[in-house]
Amino acid sequence: MTYVRDVGALARKDLLLELRARDTLPAMLLFVAAVFVIFHFALPGTPSRLETTGFLWVAILFTALLGLGRAFVPEREQRMMDGLVLAPCDRSAIWLAKSLATLAFLVAAEVVALPLYALFFHAVGGAMVAAVLLADLGICGVGTFLGAMAVVTRARDLLLPLLFLPLAMPIVVGAVGASIVAAPGRYLVFLALYDLLFAVVCWATFEYVVAE
Amino acid sequence: MLTARRLGKRYGEKRVLRGLDLTLPRGDFLVVTGPNGSGKTTLLRICAGLAQPTEGTIERSAARAQVGYLGHEPLVYRELTALENLELYGRLYRVPERRERIGMLLERFGLWEVRHGRVASYSRGMTQRLALCRVLLHEPELLVLDEPYSALDEAGSELLDAQLAELRGERTFLVSTHDPARVEPLASGRLALAT
Repeated sequence: MTYVRDVGALARKDLLLELRARDTLPAMLLFVAAVFVIFHFALPGTPSRLETTGFLWVAILFTALLGLGRAFVPEREQRMMDGLVLAPCDRSAIWLAKSLATLAFLVAAEVVALPLYALFFHAVGGAMVAAVLLADLGICGVGTFLGAMAVVTRARDLLLPLLFLPLAMPIVVGAVGASIVAAPGRYLVFLALYDLLFAVVCWATFEYVVAE
Repeated sequence: MLTARRLGKRYGEKRVLRGLDLTLPRGDFLVVTGPNGSGKTTLLRICAGLAQPTEGTIERSAARAQVGYLGHEPLVYRELTALENLELYGRLYRVPERRERIGMLLERFGLWEVRHGRVASYSRGMTQRLALCRVLLHEPELLVLDEPYSALDEAGSELLDAQLAELRGERTFLVSTHDPARVEPLASGRLALAT
């Protein structure tokens, strides 16, 4: 129960910081909207469902990268990680809280992205929404973990995409598959397993990422 | 409270600490002095548990929750208010009667009137006072203070003097300073580091 309270306090802090600074969410919203407008005008004729689903996932992944790249900026700029690491809470709570805050921003961006996708390209089905939600969990969990690793390096802006995109490939495979096939069940299960596996790995090893 | 044996620390090729032995019994007040680059901050970070030595061993009887660390950074969020910062730390450190304790500290350090102001709007001295509130909030057993008087004006320094004097004997202190005369009356020992 104390773990949940710690995660709640840390996630509340991250949301409050974004509410005050407005550094991340407006950029994500603007980016995802701009990407869809660009795709709409750049694609010739009527693109197929398979093609546009691919573009949707490119837009979601790069929008997520924008948020993940800024996730640990307050901690880096103000060296706040020292304060959080010293606190007696389980250090994985820092990862979980940051993942939840990033998830909230990503879902907000998708609230804009999915209607734009439907407006410009094809209807959004239930399987696609389920795939988006499951993929979001994986993207935010893995991305936050890698963001914490990258933030302490000088090449952090380069390192995060280099680490994250290869690990996100299974998410794209699962999410695109779930969005286009008639029976998306096995793709959704695949995404859920990916989320579970990486959630356990990140939760168990985050301690070593933030320790010197 | 703290025992270090043959403590050493390297950052790549650069050796910052070498063969340091240190014993800090409970209730002691050890002042660490030395020129810039002598390893004071590194030593304090190791003692607080923020860094690992590359040589030697360190044993600390205080758990993480019982350590209060003041570094060169105040470790408070600039976009949050003083109250929000202390609320966050109070929750993470599970401080009993948190609100009362926060209110008492903010009053004592002269920040009560500005408790709803964002830290970004504070002067450097006010931020340092807030950092001291953060360090004292959970009533730590071991206080590791790196240049605690930096950025404090005379009134702030006197407040800190009074606070340290009040806690002297009840808590264990490891304090680095360029002005050892200031804490000389409280000190039980001095460790002078050389480059």
